[in-house]
Amino acid sequence: MERFGFAISKGRQIDYDANSRHIAGYISEREPSFRVCIECGCCAATCTTGNFTSFSLRELHILLKRGENESVRENIKKCMLCGKCTLVCPRGVNTRNVVTLARQAFQKFPADAV
Amino acid sequence: MQFDPFIIPFNIGLYFIVIYAVVRSVSWFGDLSRPDKLRLQRGFFGKAFGQSIKEIFLESLIHRKILKSNPRLGYMHMSLAFGWFLLILFGTIEADVFGAHHLNAPYKAIFFKFFNPEHGRMGFEAAFSFLMDLILAFILSGLVLAIIKRFSSRVVGIKKTTKLRVLDKIALTSLWLIFPSRLLAESFTSGAYGTGSFLTGSLGSILASFLPAQEMAYPFWWLYSLSLGTFFILLPLTRYMHIPTELFLIFARNSGIKTGDQPGAFREIQIYSCSSCGICIDACQLNFSAGITNIQSAYLMKGIRNNENVSDIAFNCLMCGRCDQKCPVGIELTPLRMLSRRAGETVENEQSIWQKYFPGRQVMLPVKPVSDPSYSWLKQEEPAKTDVIYFAGCMTHLTPAIKNSMITILEASGVRYNFLDEKGGVCCGRPLMLAGQDREARELINHNSQLIWKSGAHTIVTSCPICYKVFKESYYLDVEVLHHSQFIKNLIEEGSLKLNFLHRKVTYHTPCDLGRGSGVYNEPKDVLRHVARLLKSDFEDENSLCCGGSLGNMKISSRQKSMIAHDVATELTKGNPDILATSCPLCKKTLSAATTTRVADISEIVADAIVRTAIKKKLNEPVRKVKVAVDFHN
Ligand code: SF4
Ligand code: SF4
Ligand code: SF4
Ligand code: SF4
Ligand code: SF4
Repeated sequence: MERFGFAISKGRQIDYDANSRHIAGYISEREPSFRVCIECGCCAATCTTGNFTSFSLRELHILLKRGENESVRENIKKCMLCGKCTLVCPRGVNTRNVVTLARQAFQKFPADAV
Repeated sequence: MQFDPFIIPFNIGLYFIVIYAVVRSVSWFGDLSRPDKLRLQRGFFGKAFGQSIKEIFLESLIHRKILKSNPRLGYMHMSLAFGWFLLILFGTIEADVFGAHHLNAPYKAIFFKFFNPEHGRMGFEAAFSFLMDLILAFILSGLVLAIIKRFSSRVVGIKKTTKLRVLDKIALTSLWLIFPSRLLAESFTSGAYGTGSFLTGSLGSILASFLPAQEMAYPFWWLYSLSLGTFFILLPLTRYMHIPTELFLIFARNSGIKTGDQPGAFREIQIYSCSSCGICIDACQLNFSAGITNIQSAYLMKGIRNNENVSDIAFNCLMCGRCDQKCPVGIELTPLRMLSRRAGETVENEQSIWQKYFPGRQVMLPVKPVSDPSYSWLKQEEPAKTDVIYFAGCMTHLTPAIKNSMITILEASGVRYNFLDEKGGVCCGRPLMLAGQDREARELINHNSQLIWKSGAHTIVTSCPICYKVFKESYYLDVEVLHHSQFIKNLIEEGSLKLNFLHRKVTYHTPCDLGRGSGVYNEPKDVLRHVARLLKSDFEDENSLCCGGSLGNMKISSRQKSMIAHDVATELTKGNPDILATSCPLCKKTLSAATTTRVADISEIVADAIVRTAIKKKLNEPVRKVKVAVDFHN
């Protein structure tokens, strides 16, 4: 067949309804301040780990809420719990507890982590 | 032989509790680690023995520490414990001297009046009855206080009494009944025979005037014996277990046994030694500033005793150590809490009554599975060779004024130093430890240790008390660890730092991890006295407050943190200082948000006071040359 350089690309939209929000639910139930994050990125800007890697707590917040858990599970281990983000967060999110709860949730419900 | 069936409940209870205490002690001893066993043996047959006896007398009977911190509560505890002790002691003497035989069975002393109703009419006998009445009155006065405390806890100064379980209630009731029933039993008997001293005698004759005293006495002797028996039998299931356990604790502690970082028998002994006195509840800022009233150490101890999942309690705490400092029993509350944090969530299990009498070794079933190392991506760097390392720490990077002041001071001092985390470093690891993640923390500790070791430094200076504590306790390094307050004090004493006197009034806030956590109280204040006028506050040294920002608490909200910070700032600025000084970046940040007074770290104040010409002179000298040269080689 003649190739004209055109192709029908695969659909790129993400079906969020297929994702599990269980982990996000687990966190916000125990740490209500998780809900008030405005994804401003202050935490990622000051982050100790972010200084060495591309780790971003803001990104993890967004992914958790969308239920895209897999990359969160891989990355959340990198946080050092140093607490800088808690101090700079304009919304008073208890970020250290969010990270700790997320780690806990991934251990408790490995099936949800995909 | 004098005998009456009513003594049976008492006898059963007494022999039960004695045997029980021996069995429990032997099992605790068996559970101690080998070195601890040796320590205890040496302590028991050595010098520590005298010390322990003295401590048992002063703390378990007189309750000196409670008396000091809260006289009324202390009196209550003392009158019950010491009074009871005296009653038994003099009761035994009385039975021995005046009874039919010498060396009597215990019940003869306890129920002396029943078996010797005619005793105490005159002379020496009457004087002795007077003494016994006096002791009984002493106990009863304490009991009245205790009952009032239960119903209105304000009276004895404690704001919150600990909540009770059913068994505790029964035991408490039987404890309360012991002395009133003794009073009535003795009074009726005295009334019937016309004996007794000022208390039992007078009450007895009044009662006998309108009641058949002879017949009334007997049921009250039964009640007395029953309440004693019930109390002894229930004792192991209730918080009163602290009475025998505390004796064991005192011997163990004086023999040099410490909590350490593994759960074991000593942990258990301490947990059972808590008397639920509530002093820790009063000391806790989460209680009086943030309105959190269910996480204090008394509740932690109770939760662990009842095999509950205490993880929520364990993590909701500032780890400020105020309760640890004040606990009159001397329980190592902060290390115990760390153990519970390490265990994380545990499996709750209901115990049968039998298991409650003989709890097996308390297993904390951790839920944490082993995961891959988290920080393997950290790259080892080659640090410059140096004498002194300055490690600012994450928190200091958020308070640049402290960092810059430290650089000014280091430059002015002329030491050869290297700012290890100038471009941001790896966390010291303590925040992870506080979150119960020791294994992960170890990775960071190893990383930083390598860096420090490679630099060849002999001293490491840090600005953050959190870092200071972990460098000192958990890094196994052969370097001197100094907090910047100690470092600055050394510089001043050596004469390497020339300072002006700033005419400012300063109050000093002791950070928890530096003060109670590491025992550094005086150096920061000495430094401040050099450059400013130091005011006294109501919360000095061991009694200092926590700013509220502590990384120790994983649970509280930012609003609760600021409630604590506001209370602290209000207290500390009462003397209208020009500056509220502290020596921790985190305290500075937390307190600045809570007051209009200037909050500054001591390094900032010192940097302000440096004689400027000295800086210029030093800056012209080739101070950093060596460091630059090494950098160049890299
Ligand atoms: S700083 Fe706070 S509000 Fe902003 S992204 Fe981070 S957690 Fe969310
Ligand atoms: S606590 Fe974790 S996410 Fe927050 S700044 Fe520190 S390393 Fe980054
Ligand atoms: S932990 Fe100490 S201060 Fe607190 S209730 Fe127990 S004995 Fe009292
Ligand atoms: S360590 Fe501090 S915050 Fe924690 S229970 Fe004790 S007094 Fe309260
Ligand atoms: S203890 Fe705190 S301030 Fe010190 S390095 Fe660790 S996170 Fe930073």
